[in-house]
Amino acid sequence: MNRLSVIDVARYFGRRKALSQVSFTCEAGEIIGLLGPNGAGKSTLLNILATLLSPSKGRVVYGERSAEDGGAEIRAQIGMLGHDLFLYPELTARENLTFFGQLYGLADVARKVAAALEQSGLAARADELVSRFSRGMRQRVALERALLHHPRLILLDEPFTGLDQDSVSALVSRLREQQRAGCLIVLATHDLDIADTVLTKALFLIDGKPVADHSDGRALRDRYHAAVRSAPARGGS
Amino acid sequence: MSAFFRVAWIVMKKDLTVEVRSLEILSTTIFFAVTVVLMFSFGLVVEGRAVQDVAPAILWIAIAFSGTLALGRTFERERHNDTLRALLLAPSDRPALYVGKLAGILLLLLLVELMLVPLVGLLFNAPIFAHPGRLILLLIGGSLGFCAVGTVFAAMLVRARSRDVLLPIMLYPMTVPVMIAGVRGTAALLQPTPDLAMAQFWLALLGTFDVVFVVLALWTFEPVMTD
Repeated sequence: MNRLSVIDVARYFGRRKALSQVSFTCEAGEIIGLLGPNGAGKSTLLNILATLLSPSKGRVVYGERSAEDGGAEIRAQIGMLGHDLFLYPELTARENLTFFGQLYGLADVARKVAAALEQSGLAARADELVSRFSRGMRQRVALERALLHHPRLILLDEPFTGLDQDSVSALVSRLREQQRAGCLIVLATHDLDIADTVLTKALFLIDGKPVADHSDGRALRDRYHAAVRSAPARGGS
Repeated sequence: MSAFFRVAWIVMKKDLTVEVRSLEILSTTIFFAVTVVLMFSFGLVVEGRAVQDVAPAILWIAIAFSGTLALGRTFERERHNDTLRALLLAPSDRPALYVGKLAGILLLLLLVELMLVPLVGLLFNAPIFAHPGRLILLLIGGSLGFCAVGTVFAAMLVRARSRDVLLPIMLYPMTVPVMIAGVRGTAALLQPTPDLAMAQFWLALLGTFDVVFVVLALWTFEPVMTD
């Protein structure tokens, strides 16, 4: 998968419109940011990209195929890090990674898990229960869980929340590694200053609708505020 | 097919590992089931003599109530850290996830029954060791039917705010045939003169219900979970 195309996607929950007229493309090596206030539809869009929700209108094309055509093959190429970390606190870091490695049908899981633990800097605490880890440590395990099967499309929902400066730097450098490896990365975040240093493209969402971004060399924070101001009154559409 | 059962096996193994560490479901379920049986014994056992033929009904009431409690908890665990999304995102057959969850909860419920059946036999003077093979088959068949439906409903309600109320409301009407077959089959075995032909009939009926429920659950699990 070298390209992700989102074409005029809309999503309704009953009569409530969570997303409408969302279109963008993401090429290999790009990091796209989904930015917007709470309830703007960022998580809904990530869930649609992860194939966990289907769009009410429009379509998402992964390379040449849609989620319906690709099914499990598409899911095998997606890695997702949610705001909730998708980890079992009653299992150790090693057990969590091994479980997900086996679920993805990876060969030589033990070696890959050991390498992932090394990469996260948690090899020494690999056999401790995740419930005893700090938020930053859990985040590192969760990131390795999302990347264990070498996905081509990486989806991250608020990945910087609750992290200290060192953890943020580690996460950013891991994302850059994936970017250099040609992965497609889509992340939803409120941390505009951090996002400004990693994003190659930004999509501003207000009330489920994309708002024009005038990339005129200004900082992301200023562009974001300009986009929010230029949007129609919330709840008005 | 081997990949299907491999996924079901690792999901079940993970659930049992988590349960062994926390004992959350097992302890609450056993406590609840024993309390139910003891309450009935206070009312229905007078001067050491139990009211005749009540043991099967009390046994299956305890199984149904404690089973509902266990079903609710097993998916609460997946909701807590949103691990259900991670499971659904994996490129494995989604019905295999269902089979893994079902096998895990069924094993836990059978463990509870291992304590429950002797307790009911003791308190209500029921001859539970008269036909142990048939009784075990009835318990497995009844529990499988109950958990097969319950696992789908519990998964479906995982994001519903009033899931604790909705689960029994949806589950009990659907599993009435399983409960009737379980109670009548057990009663046929535990009555003073066991009616083996009747027990066999209810056992066959339970087997039929189980096949229908499991097939329907496998068929509906993926659409129910994805949208």
